[in-house]
Amino acid sequence: MKKQLFAILLLVSPALALASGGEVHLDKAQIDPTNQESLQRGARTFVNYCLSCHSAKYQRYNRMARDLGIPEDVVIDNLMFTGEKIGDTMEIAMKPADGAQYFGAAPPDLTLVARVRGVDWLYTYLRTFYLDDTRPFGVNNMVFDKVGMPHVLWELQGWQKPVYETVTDHEGHEHQKLVGVELVKQGKLTPAEYDRTVRDLVNFLAYMGEPVKLERQALGVKVLLFLFVLFIITYLLKKEYWKDIH
Amino acid sequence: MGMLVNLRDWIDARFPLTKMWEEHLSKYYAPKNFNFWYFFGSLALLVLVIQIVSGIFLTMNFKPSADDAFASVEYIMRDVNWGWLIRYIHSTGASAFFIVVYLHMFRGLLYGSYKGPRELIWIFGMMIYLALMAEAFFGYLLPWGQMSYWGAQVIISLFGAIPVIGDDLSLWIRGDYVISDITLNRFFALHVIAVPLVLIALVVVHILALHEVGSNNPDGVEIKKNKDENGIPLDGIPFHPYYSVKDIVGVVVFLMFFSVVVFFVPEGGGYFLEKPNFEPANSLKTPAHIAPVWYFTPYYAMLRAVTIDIGPLTAKFLGVIVMGAAVVILFFLPWLDKSPVKSIRYRGPIYKTMLTLFVVAFFMLGWLGTQAPTDTKTMMAQIGTVVYFAFFLGMPFYTRIDKTKPVPDRVTG
Repeated sequence: MKKQLFAILLLVSPALALASGGEVHLDKAQIDPTNQESLQRGARTFVNYCLSCHSAKYQRYNRMARDLGIPEDVVIDNLMFTGEKIGDTMEIAMKPADGAQYFGAAPPDLTLVARVRGVDWLYTYLRTFYLDDTRPFGVNNMVFDKVGMPHVLWELQGWQKPVYETVTDHEGHEHQKLVGVELVKQGKLTPAEYDRTVRDLVNFLAYMGEPVKLERQALGVKVLLFLFVLFIITYLLKKEYWKDIH
Repeated sequence: MGMLVNLRDWIDARFPLTKMWEEHLSKYYAPKNFNFWYFFGSLALLVLVIQIVSGIFLTMNFKPSADDAFASVEYIMRDVNWGWLIRYIHSTGASAFFIVVYLHMFRGLLYGSYKGPRELIWIFGMMIYLALMAEAFFGYLLPWGQMSYWGAQVIISLFGAIPVIGDDLSLWIRGDYVISDITLNRFFALHVIAVPLVLIALVVVHILALHEVGSNNPDGVEIKKNKDENGIPLDGIPFHPYYSVKDIVGVVVFLMFFSVVVFFVPEGGGYFLEKPNFEPANSLKTPAHIAPVWYFTPYYAMLRAVTIDIGPLTAKFLGVIVMGAAVVILFFLPWLDKSPVKSIRYRGPIYKTMLTLFVVAFFMLGWLGTQAPTDTKTMMAQIGTVVYFAFFLGMPFYTRIDKTKPVPDRVTG
């Protein structure tokens, strides 16, 4: 029994180390990668709002069309604006050096952003821009302090102001702590609609990070079933051979 | 049938085919009482094959240049047929290799497999472990992500801590003043040709040495001491078919665990594929927190545990010495252990306690190596380091006074 316990401990040990938390509270994105309509809406938001400053240079248009169930001619007519071919990747015209000049740092490629940041971070980030006069674009962000990006989705969300709380640190000094944001001027969407739009966008970003994810999981089930059957056969074979060993 | 027999005889007259088959498989007598822990040797061999085969297919589309490496990995993940599967197999295989090898080494500690007459098997095994660490280190730079770049930066800078020659040495390893295209190219060469050749050669001598002496077993009894009239060990059974069919079951179970990772959690919770590595290497942007991959973290924690300078020797250099010593000391294990018995089954309470503390310390150090240091964590790492070394350095003393149980003549099953 002790031995088995040891073995289990050794096998699960990486999982034990997972219990480490972040500093800022992140809202759960709760995306559904099997929801094609959500992914399609996310793709539309992405090409309309993101894909002029940010590239997605590893993502091909036709791969997106196939995976998201959008006919290629619909993609060409509605989601491609600058004369690319359907087999091209999502490049942008803006040069990184120009981007660095406009924004302080070149806007990063977004193909893999969901794998770098995680979906909850993105979901929170895109919903917590707030007004801040000290910043070049007049906005700051709750999870990305001193962010260089303007609030691109402002016409959808509207504007938020920061909410501060006075806290006393362990040395007895009082200071202002950012605890949340509050909508001061609503945009085209209600807060609930805006959350859904961002959720769809994050869903699409997550898809783009790993387009093969659903296929991978589906194949995994079949592989495990096969291995399970193989296990039974090999185990019986072993038992048959070993029955004369005492 | 007759034709096949003729073919075999034709070959046997020219090459020791049947002889080798018998020596290493059908007439290689292994103790009949192998348990769970004895699966990991053959599994390590399996993972080696998995890594070589998946690696060959990766090299067909990987481009070892600073400009193209990151993009070529994404190309493999997206545009190459089954490329994602090959890549995840290879990245999971790297971690699986270390899990299997750590369990295999732990088996050695449990049953005293390193003790005479198997000292050389242990030494060759340790050399495999060293080669494996080098292989993993070189390979981790290749995807050219942020963690590839900065992890390599940290590890190479360790060589810079060596007095006098340090700076020139790290310059020589990088081939440049910073990690660059040149470094990536040479690491690729070392990862796909040089180290694998060494690894394969070492695995061959590891197995040859094993088959010369014969396997140890959970009782630590030498089965060759009790033979029948034909010279066959009474407690031995031919490796083939008995252990070949048994190991296949182990292989299938291993592949189940392996597939769960490959197909459902290929990132291994950020431990097998680290999040910052999905961002291309950027020499101007240091990640907030740099941690080596999990299989190096126990040693990394020991490196950081040293915080004091001694005379002209900096804490960093002393940390490097401690880290190096932590690996080197394993080589001396056969001569540190003075116990009259091999197996944990017949050892006394002191060894059992020390081994438990050692395992706890190793896990704790592994976890600490992934964490940003704080005062408490540094102290924990210092305690862990002391326990780690106490296990080995105290061994000549505590194994002598430990109260052992009598070892039976024959294996107990």
